[in-house]
Amino acid sequence: MNPSQKVTSAVLALTAKLLSGATVRWRGSEPDACQRIYFANHTSHLDALVLWSGLPRQLRAVTRPVAAADYWNAGPVRRYVAGCFNALLIDRHDISVRNSPLDIMLREIGETHSLIVFPEGSRSPTGELQAFKSGLYYMAKKRPDLEFMPVYLDNLNRILPRGEVLPVPLLSSITIGAPLWLHQGESKDGFLERARQAILQLKEEQ
Amino acid sequence: MASATTTLMDTDVAQAVQKLLAIDGLTIGLLVIVISFLLGAFFLLNALKRRYHDTVDPAMVRVFNRRIVAWLTIYTLLGVTVFLGPTTTLCFFLGVSFWALREFVTMTPTRRADHRTLFWVFFVFIPLQYGLAAYSGDRRWFIAFAVLIPVYGSLFISARIAFAGEAQRFLERTAKIQFGLLICIYALSHAPALLYLDLIHYDSVSGQYQAWGQSKSRLLFFLVLMVQLSDLLQFLWDRLYGRNLIAGQIHASKSWEGLIGAALCCGAAALTLQWLTAITPFTIYGAAIMGMVISLMAISGTMTMSAIKRDRGVSDYGTLVQGHAGVLDRIDAICFAAPIFYHLTRFFLGAEYAN
Repeated sequence: MNPSQKVTSAVLALTAKLLSGATVRWRGSEPDACQRIYFANHTSHLDALVLWSGLPRQLRAVTRPVAAADYWNAGPVRRYVAGCFNALLIDRHDISVRNSPLDIMLREIGETHSLIVFPEGSRSPTGELQAFKSGLYYMAKKRPDLEFMPVYLDNLNRILPRGEVLPVPLLSSITIGAPLWLHQGESKDGFLERARQAILQLKEEQ
Repeated sequence: MASATTTLMDTDVAQAVQKLLAIDGLTIGLLVIVISFLLGAFFLLNALKRRYHDTVDPAMVRVFNRRIVAWLTIYTLLGVTVFLGPTTTLCFFLGVSFWALREFVTMTPTRRADHRTLFWVFFVFIPLQYGLAAYSGDRRWFIAFAVLIPVYGSLFISARIAFAGEAQRFLERTAKIQFGLLICIYALSHAPALLYLDLIHYDSVSGQYQAWGQSKSRLLFFLVLMVQLSDLLQFLWDRLYGRNLIAGQIHASKSWEGLIGAALCCGAAALTLQWLTAITPFTIYGAAIMGMVISLMAISGTMTMSAIKRDRGVSDYGTLVQGHAGVLDRIDAICFAAPIFYHLTRFFLGAEYAN
């Protein structure tokens, strides 16, 4: 990251905070720099940026949002912004054994970085939580030391809904729950469903 | 030479101080009194809490502390903006409007099709209304300021929602956004607009109406003081003599005794203040009536916003998003009192109607 991107990154974080009016609540967990995968519901283009800026500054430095390459590589502005919050861009169209997103993510995080992922795969058209893609399970299987943090993002779909360009600055909230790990012998569907329920649980409690 | 420079600087400083005081010695003096009173109450309350921590209800202390801190903030900001001039005050209220509208719209469910209408409300109507407020002293611009939201705003919103093409609950959605616009922007913008009024007052020596040459921040201070006094007096009257609730389903503690008692006490307080300091351009009886009107409007505001909260099933706008101050909870009374106070003052004492 070059110095101009560092400044832009601080400005972006502040803008995202002001625009989303987000309150951050840690429920059953604390901010920590250990390696974590934050997985959240996905309803708006702002999700990754707002969740990322909701983290304390030290954590922001080691946390990388996973984002779609086709969107964030389109045009110099988006590419620059993606660089500012150190996004890990994944090509959604060119997926093969050679080019597996899972391997890229595991390679990129190494032993220091955390990730922000949206296991639904794309923004929910209705705002309801959709079924999870299986990547989360394989990641938990390959790296049992990672903490999987459920995150519920509330109201961001009203601030910048699908298909809109201009945001309306309402208030939103970010609820981060207790970490999950893959149980011994837990099935893929079992783990994904448990992860999904953890987000729904946060939605109920908030 | 050196001593001459010092004297020169001394005179400069003295002049600057004089200039500052000329802004309005009285308002600043009264602000200092009110702020020190609130600070005293705050420290006393917390000393009592520490001393009698097993007998005092902590929830009650918390409520009181929150209120005192909110009032202190308002008076301090008011004091700062008196020094910095009307534009700063205007910007401060613009910020409050913005935040209050955020809380209001967040709490009120809107539909996906209302998104662009809301964008207009936030980014066009707020700056426009406050921009016009800065020119509201002029008669022509005053008309624009007075009708922007009731006429242009409300018609625009209904049309914009229709253009968005979703018919479901059309009237309900229109009403929600119009109400937010009316309360959070239109009504509140009348508080800083007081600073741009051009007024006359009755001079008892000459027996004629003359231009009122005092700082307009006195009017704003008078309004805020009366609203908060009314809030405090209602609380005391409700606690001590509250028998008949106005509407228990809407507000659990507001009583008719509180309403009448607070209005009368506010009238008496305004009368005394006017008699002692001649803070407003009103006569002492005029000030008493204004005090009562402000108190009644303040209660109306609290009741109305309480009805909306009850309907939405939230106790405070503040609890809606934990950690936020709940701006709308603190300004509901001012929102109702400000436009009425503004228009009555202008109607009776506006300089443009002098002859």
